Amino acid sequence: MKPILRNILVYGAFIGVVAAYGLLEKSTYYLQLATFVGLNTLLAVGLNMLMGYAGQISLGHAAFYGLGAYVSGMLTVHLGWSPWATLPCALFAAGAVAYVVGLPTLRLTGYYLAMGTLGFGMIVNILFREFRRFTGGPSGLPGLPELTIGSINLSHGANALFLVWGCVIVAFFICERIVDSRMGRALRAIHYSERAAAAVGVNTASAKLAIFVFAAVIAALAGFLYAHMITFISPSTFNFLASVKLVAMVVIGGMASIWGSLLGASLLTLLPDFLHVFAEYEMIIYGLILMLVMIFFPEGLFKNLVKLYERAKNR
Amino acid sequence: MPEFYQYLFSGLTNGAIYAIIALGFSMLFAATDLINFAHGEFVMIGALILVTLWPVMGLPLPLAFVITVLATGILGIVFERLAIRTVKKPDPIVLVIITVGAGIFLRGVAMIIWGKTAKGAPPFSKMPPLEIGGAYLLAQSVWILGIVLATVLVMHFFYSRTLTGKAMSACAINKRAASLLGIATQRMTLLAFAVSAALGGMAGVIIAPITMNEYEMGAILGLKGFCAAMLGGLGNSWGAVVGGFALGIAEAMAVGYVSSSMKDAVAFLLLLLILYVRPTGILGGKAIARF
Repeated sequence: MKPILRNILVYGAFIGVVAAYGLLEKSTYYLQLATFVGLNTLLAVGLNMLMGYAGQISLGHAAFYGLGAYVSGMLTVHLGWSPWATLPCALFAAGAVAYVVGLPTLRLTGYYLAMGTLGFGMIVNILFREFRRFTGGPSGLPGLPELTIGSINLSHGANALFLVWGCVIVAFFICERIVDSRMGRALRAIHYSERAAAAVGVNTASAKLAIFVFAAVIAALAGFLYAHMITFISPSTFNFLASVKLVAMVVIGGMASIWGSLLGASLLTLLPDFLHVFAEYEMIIYGLILMLVMIFFPEGLFKNLVKLYERAKNR
Repeated sequence: MPEFYQYLFSGLTNGAIYAIIALGFSMLFAATDLINFAHGEFVMIGALILVTLWPVMGLPLPLAFVITVLATGILGIVFERLAIRTVKKPDPIVLVIITVGAGIFLRGVAMIIWGKTAKGAPPFSKMPPLEIGGAYLLAQSVWILGIVLATVLVMHFFYSRTLTGKAMSACAINKRAASLLGIATQRMTLLAFAVSAALGGMAGVIIAPITMNEYEMGAILGLKGFCAAMLGGLGNSWGAVVGGFALGIAEAMAVGYVSSSMKDAVAFLLLLLILYVRPTGILGGKAIARF
């Protein structure tokens, strides 16, 4: 099959499934759950571009998610701006912060970026909690406006689902284009060997920085959507554990696998909903998942499933 | 002037704790080229074990101290055997995820065992604070400084006078060459994990009386210890000690003269500054900036 035909089929099927679910599902609870799967997929796919393709880890990714939510939240609540006017501000703020933080940390290898982003995430969370006048402090910021176009409300039910999954589909498309471009090849070269990539003329520093900013902007978009969907934001949504959950989604789905992000995000969003023991043992389970997947399936579950399928087909 | 001394004492006390946490990061990095993101969790486990053994169960303090340090050391060995040695592809990104996973796991276990409420511990001795230049130095601070200095001396003696210590330094310099000379490098890695975790546990023991001990305390301590290790140059043991005190004093001065909400920001700003300006730390040390 020609790749272009395959792409049309895959995206057509994807859009079809989302549309069918949005039109047929009547329970607001399940619609919201599916919307959350979409938000987490958006976050995971952005992080996967950074982790999976460029091989650079971020342990503070929830901070960008939070920046998107808080920048938009503070501008709409305190200054009364329309959310559509704050969207570019939120995306720009996250991108600019990523640029400033990434500039020093991305020059260094894996561990330093990890520690730098971890510290960054904690500081951002402390700022959310401490600047009470603007952020509402630990108890959060209520009263965010909902997203509307004319009389259509995009923050509820099927409309929210379509909006979020629409963003996911566009993000998937952009990510696949990036992966197949000169930029994508440069990123994979960096992942394989940064020195070799530099030797063949890849500007490794600017490529890493660009993808870091890209991942941050995607996360900020998710934060923006989350904030105006729930209309309430609090620091605990964007803490270190949230960052670790995002890493876990990427790791389960498989690094360097765009569709794997969908699997990882779906599993880790739906499982806690079905297993209520999750709440108490949440940290233990996430910790075990991270360790076991990395020890036994460093390529992620998605790639292993694909491999199993191909092995069965060849038999 | 008295307030300056007061800030200085507080900085020295915290700095000593950062120094010993940094030493754990630094010696493990020297021996294995690995940064253990779960290191702060060993500090937390150490503090909580001590609180259980000493004020709660009523064991004598020295015994509780020794048991805690041994227990965290053994935990370090278990960690290395189960989660580090089993890794097929030891990329930094894989090891970061595994150690982060281990950290979250330990935090979850601690929450189940000890609950969510913070626990306190009495000071090691009930002596009145010393008055120096109009400022007060708590007895616990004297204990902390003394124990940290003693530990640093023991570590120095271990590295410079014992065969095992020298073998470990050899691994740090070049693992393959050390292995060719007949040094059991795997055993050295295991030992490095044990000593590093035990140092973390010891930091937990001495910090227990001056903080609220709960399952979430490890993350920020680990981050600050790492910052101190970076300040002194990762992999450099003396650097870790100097970096720890430098960070502690800088933090105390910022809290005293600027604002108490600056406390946690100082460590992070210093960390970014170091990463940006001089990634090899103030004392030089092993070259880490590869690109």
